[in-house]
Amino acid sequence: MAREASLGIRSAEDIVRMRRIVRDAAIGQGFSLVDQTKLVTAASELARNVLNYGGGGEMRMELLSDVRRKGLRLMFIDRGPGIPDVALAMKDGYTTGGGMGLGLGGAKRLSSEFHIESKVGEGTRVTITRWK
Amino acid sequence: MERIPILKMGHFLLVTIQVDMHDQLALTLQEDLTTRIAKERSRGVLLDISALDVVDSFIGRMIANISSMARVLDAETVVVGMQPAVAITLVELGLPLEGVHTALNVEKGMALLHKRLGADL
Repeated sequence: MAREASLGIRSAEDIVRMRRIVRDAAIGQGFSLVDQTKLVTAASELARNVLNYGGGGEMRMELLSDVRRKGLRLMFIDRGPGIPDVALAMKDGYTTGGGMGLGLGGAKRLSSEFHIESKVGEGTRVTITRWK
Repeated sequence: MERIPILKMGHFLLVTIQVDMHDQLALTLQEDLTTRIAKERSRGVLLDISALDVVDSFIGRMIANISSMARVLDAETVVVGMQPAVAITLVELGLPLEGVHTALNVEKGMALLHKRLGADL
């Protein structure tokens, strides 16, 4: 399997397709069923953000392995309006789009590592990593 | 258009979700189900999600919405067959689905509806 892959996120069908790709990669990395489910769910939340708030974008996936452990890193990139107050956007229940406001906070809880960069007018990049 | 089938079983409606849900499908199901509850005067809804290996906040919200809408229409909803990995993930995501009845399988869900509705049927 390739060590890296990328996928455009431009429609709800792309989110379904992405979930399948992330699931297959997580299985390939030897993740437990619970870890697979957590990662796929986090990815689904972030892909929906890319679509609903970023006006579409892409997901990049990287398979990680070193001598001690295996993992998966997913990067969600959009060139949308950006997030003016990242700390506020991370809070559960805060939403500007009529959702439940669980996307960013939930994705963080479901990941081992979480990183977000956003610039108003330029876009948002969220990176999550989950180790086996 | 793609639709999720709704089966009538006596006083109840059975919805078995067997496809990977995308957003439009979830919205269509909410509308179809509320229409059927009113039309069939159903008193209970069994929502079988045993085939779903992911429930994100969007699908979780759909489940909570269906339960609330059904309640307003005088019908009880039981979510049946949630996979353990999905249950663990939902709670960690921050969506414990409080107020939504659950059962391990369709048979137990049916028994729960009979018990809750009792002589009312």
